[in-house]
Amino acid sequence: MYDVIIIGAGTAGLTAAIYAARANKKVIVLEGKTYGGQIITTFNIENYPATPHISGVDFAKQLYAQAVELGAEVEFEEVLAVKKIEGAEESSRLMFEVETEDDKYEAPAVILATGSEDKRLGLKNEEEFTGRGVSYCATCDGAIYKGEEVAVVGGGNTALYDTLYLSDVAKKVYLIHRRDEFRGDPALVDKIKKHDNVEFVMDTQVTEIKGEKKLESIELTNKNGEKKELKVSALFVAIGRTPATAAFANLVELDDGGYIVADESCLTSTPGIFAAGDVRTKSLRQLVTATADGAVAGNAAAELS
Amino acid sequence: MSVIELNSENFENEVLKSSEPVLVDFWADWCGPCQMMSPIVEELAKDAKYFKVGEVNIDDEDILAEKYEVSSIPCFIAFKDGREIGRSVGAQSKKKLIKLLGMEA
Repeated sequence: MYDVIIIGAGTAGLTAAIYAARANKKVIVLEGKTYGGQIITTFNIENYPATPHISGVDFAKQLYAQAVELGAEVEFEEVLAVKKIEGAEESSRLMFEVETEDDKYEAPAVILATGSEDKRLGLKNEEEFTGRGVSYCATCDGAIYKGEEVAVVGGGNTALYDTLYLSDVAKKVYLIHRRDEFRGDPALVDKIKKHDNVEFVMDTQVTEIKGEKKLESIELTNKNGEKKELKVSALFVAIGRTPATAAFANLVELDDGGYIVADESCLTSTPGIFAAGDVRTKSLRQLVTATADGAVAGNAAAELS
Repeated sequence: MSVIELNSENFENEVLKSSEPVLVDFWADWCGPCQMMSPIVEELAKDAKYFKVGEVNIDDEDILAEKYEVSSIPCFIAFKDGREIGRSVGAQSKKKLIKLLGMEA
């Protein structure tokens, strides 16, 4: 049995592990992929206080090493379900069971720090073409398309950053957005306008992905319903992120967007269950707010056991 | 065993003609998730008993990357008896990689 179970080994989860481990608690972190979370795809972090330049990978590696050194255990297993153990309250103690693909773990406190994942366009062959021309990470895959024509779809800062990044690599970048103006930072839009090889395609949606074995073209449909085919080697999808909370829908209250409802105390609607990091309802999703949540949740969870 | 450095010269012998299944990691040094995966891939190679683990640097070996249509990395392809039996893109656990080879983790 553990004192604290943390689901997700991203920035919030590992920070929670540090705080709970330093409170002398027996802590396990469960992660379905690799540790580090979303930050590992960021080339250079420039807004983390007192750390003017660090790569996302270095940040994640140091954070992981710190948590492990303090005694937190980490298991790479996907979590399937979390449930309250009935009857445990009678001994005046809450207890939860976390079931993974391989094992079961018990603790009186569980921190949900599962973050979010890339939103899909929802096109019929999108899955099949992922890794064959459709990508959700421009800084990961952009360099593969050196000198080729590519498209970015989205209207927020991620789409704008991706376009800027790709304009230095690809021959031409089409930036496709379903509205007539961007949600992202106007300063970024101005920067992009200085790049001759970027073409803005506004009021337009991607409606089909075409190709034999890999992506060859995409079908665009504008607001008047007019269709057009665009030949590109890659489509970078940057239409936002969606919280990874499907497994917890019956456990804690979620908002309309699927985020876990909790204020700065990280307390969810279920006593004993905490939410930390991007998965929680909040106005700013950044490294520094993820570490802050990790500290609050780790500390509160440690007090429960 | 350590991770085998694969290139267009040794790929046929080490992978396609291998008597054991082979897990191939297509990567590049500028890719964050690839860097996160490299210790996992090394560990997998070290503990491997019934399969081999190799890696292809897609910048040096663009012909191999093109041949296997790798356009998102890290990309893991499992080969058995000279053909692809599984493929998975992105950072993932060691257990998932072993399952890709059709084995029990």
